[in-house]
Amino acid sequence: MTGTPTQSGPRTLYDKIFDAHVVDRQPDGTCLLYIDRHLVHEVTSPQAFEGLRMTGRKVRAPEKTIAVPDHNVPTTADRVDGIENPEGRAQVAELDKNAREFGVNYYPMNDIRQGIVHIVGPEQGWTLPGMTVVCGDSHTATHGAFGALAHGIGTSEVEHVLATQTLIQKKSKNMKVEITGRLRPGVTAKDITLAVIGKTGTAGGTGHVIEYCGEAIRELSMEGRMTVCNMAIEGGARAGLIAPDEKTFEYVKGRPHAPKGAAWEAALSWWKTLFSDEGAHWDKVVTIRGEDIEPVVTWGTSPEDVLPIGGTVPAPEDFEGGKVEAARRSLDYMGLTPGMKLTDIKVDAVFIGSCTNGRIEDLRAAAGVLRGKHLAPGVRGMVVPGSGLVRMQAEEEGLDRVFIDAGFDWRLAGCSMCLGMNPDQLAPGERCAATSNRNFEGRMGRGGRTHLMSPVMAAAAGIAGHLVDVREVLAEAPATA
Amino acid sequence: MDKFTTLTGIAAPMPLVNIDTDMIIPKQFLKTIHRSGLGKNLFDEMRYFPDGTENPDFVLNKPAWRDSQIIVAGDNFGCGSSREHAPWALLDYGIRAVISTSFADIFYNNCFKNGILPIVLPAEAVEALMKDAENGANARLTVDLESQTVTGADGTAYHFDIDPHRKHCLLNGLDDIGLTMEKAPAIEAYETRIAQSQPWV
Ligand code: SF4
Repeated sequence: MTGTPTQSGPRTLYDKIFDAHVVDRQPDGTCLLYIDRHLVHEVTSPQAFEGLRMTGRKVRAPEKTIAVPDHNVPTTADRVDGIENPEGRAQVAELDKNAREFGVNYYPMNDIRQGIVHIVGPEQGWTLPGMTVVCGDSHTATHGAFGALAHGIGTSEVEHVLATQTLIQKKSKNMKVEITGRLRPGVTAKDITLAVIGKTGTAGGTGHVIEYCGEAIRELSMEGRMTVCNMAIEGGARAGLIAPDEKTFEYVKGRPHAPKGAAWEAALSWWKTLFSDEGAHWDKVVTIRGEDIEPVVTWGTSPEDVLPIGGTVPAPEDFEGGKVEAARRSLDYMGLTPGMKLTDIKVDAVFIGSCTNGRIEDLRAAAGVLRGKHLAPGVRGMVVPGSGLVRMQAEEEGLDRVFIDAGFDWRLAGCSMCLGMNPDQLAPGERCAATSNRNFEGRMGRGGRTHLMSPVMAAAAGIAGHLVDVREVLAEAPATA
Repeated sequence: MDKFTTLTGIAAPMPLVNIDTDMIIPKQFLKTIHRSGLGKNLFDEMRYFPDGTENPDFVLNKPAWRDSQIIVAGDNFGCGSSREHAPWALLDYGIRAVISTSFADIFYNNCFKNGILPIVLPAEAVEALMKDAENGANARLTVDLESQTVTGADGTAYHFDIDPHRKHCLLNGLDDIGLTMEKAPAIEAYETRIAQSQPWV
């Protein structure tokens, strides 16, 4: 029974990875799934480690467990002297203690390789095609860009994986999201993923694992693919996947924890079988033409509140059912009037970072728009690289100068304003053009207003002082985006 | 998770209905990094005055009930949020069983994950046991999970129902992790196979 596929005939990529990791299958379809990589951060793990301690259990596979503090680490330079906030300090100290006591791989706060867990995993070569990857964090979906089955879990499950290196799972359904053709200039991976959520809604992927495919996805870099998969969860899906290809192998090759020599060759030959077979069954299919995708922004307090930048703020009556009341509440919270042009929305702040858009290509793209320009008067800007290595690379390329000259704060790596657990927060009523992934009420600080968009769109909004079509900014003075 | 077989102990009477999870453990204690240590804040707002001193009228502050291991409570115990901190706080204080006519769903489930036995009995039985509980250390109750009975101070035994799988897990101290660990040979076999075929994992 061990590892036997349940299905004969054509299988999806998800089917293949799932089947390859089944340790035990019950008659009712409940499976014990082997976990290849377990990522751990400071907020959702303390009780899980404590559970092990109380029961005298060990971490079954410390070599497959990777810990890094990211959610509430400060991003200011003075963090080398310690964390001021007592609760944040205690949580980080606890991770420190647990990582050392249980012997898991660990990147402490002041290690150059520290960063957002979903950026560190791929960067260090922990995330590889065909793997199962879990973390007590919903944006674990990011790792699906490598053709790995990756999803978030709760604290009890964190403890379960620590102790047994397995997870109790039932199979999800298969959903295919195809982006055909090519993107137009100024349109990015972030616009793809937001456009998909705009079309399917935040519950569109519920109960499903999404596989993103099509020419526009193939054309994306690995970093762009990570941006797309990152937000599968905002579309309601447990995980997002993209079949590995030459770009994937190229990205992985030579990373510290990627296989080498004969193991590399063996891995490669397996990885090349990781694609959805012709004729595989899909429970749901969504197709979007790449040419139809415009630079988008969110106007409300749900990631599905997406509109092309040329649009106008909708009215509650434009919606149906429960969404009418939700839209009314959103507009009120966001301080917007129906019918106003999106490009008339003024911003007070720009946040560039997060596990969605905190990688080097994101910083290059934003810097490309900002080079030789300055934030509009009264607008504050913050750039938070996704990892210490991203930060170092950016400094080698002189991107830090571009940001600083444009009036931005150049920070150390962490989650930062994306969830405002550390001191990086929006003030009540403050409006932010953000490259992160959630625009919920209070997400970036109590009363703060978030508009989600791509790094180039956020940079452009900062210069203009209001939401703006990046293509117009680029047309004025061409820059290398 | 600790096994639950039999328990003889002092029961605290809490006749209040709808004791919710906010009363059991108020929200300001959720920022903790621990599952243990919550016992001192169990029923915090009922147990302490705003200045932090003990409210002598609260049952667990009275000498006869300080060492309670059982709570006999009014209807619908544990309603409110899903916080697993509620059973964590009870357990940390030393409570291993709660008796009521009804429990909130999520709280009921969370108890089993933490080795606490929630016991549902008819109103008359809860009333009789509540009377016993009011006698504090002079009227210990005995809970026997194997025979599914609660025995009062006068020797009257009350039978309760429980899902067989949950009973099995609690009797043997098995949580999900414990159950999965019974499958260790299968996990090991998988790991051996993968070490051969995918040594890079
Ligand atoms: S950057 Fe934001 S979304 Fe990503 S892991 Fe951190 S808090 Fe979560």
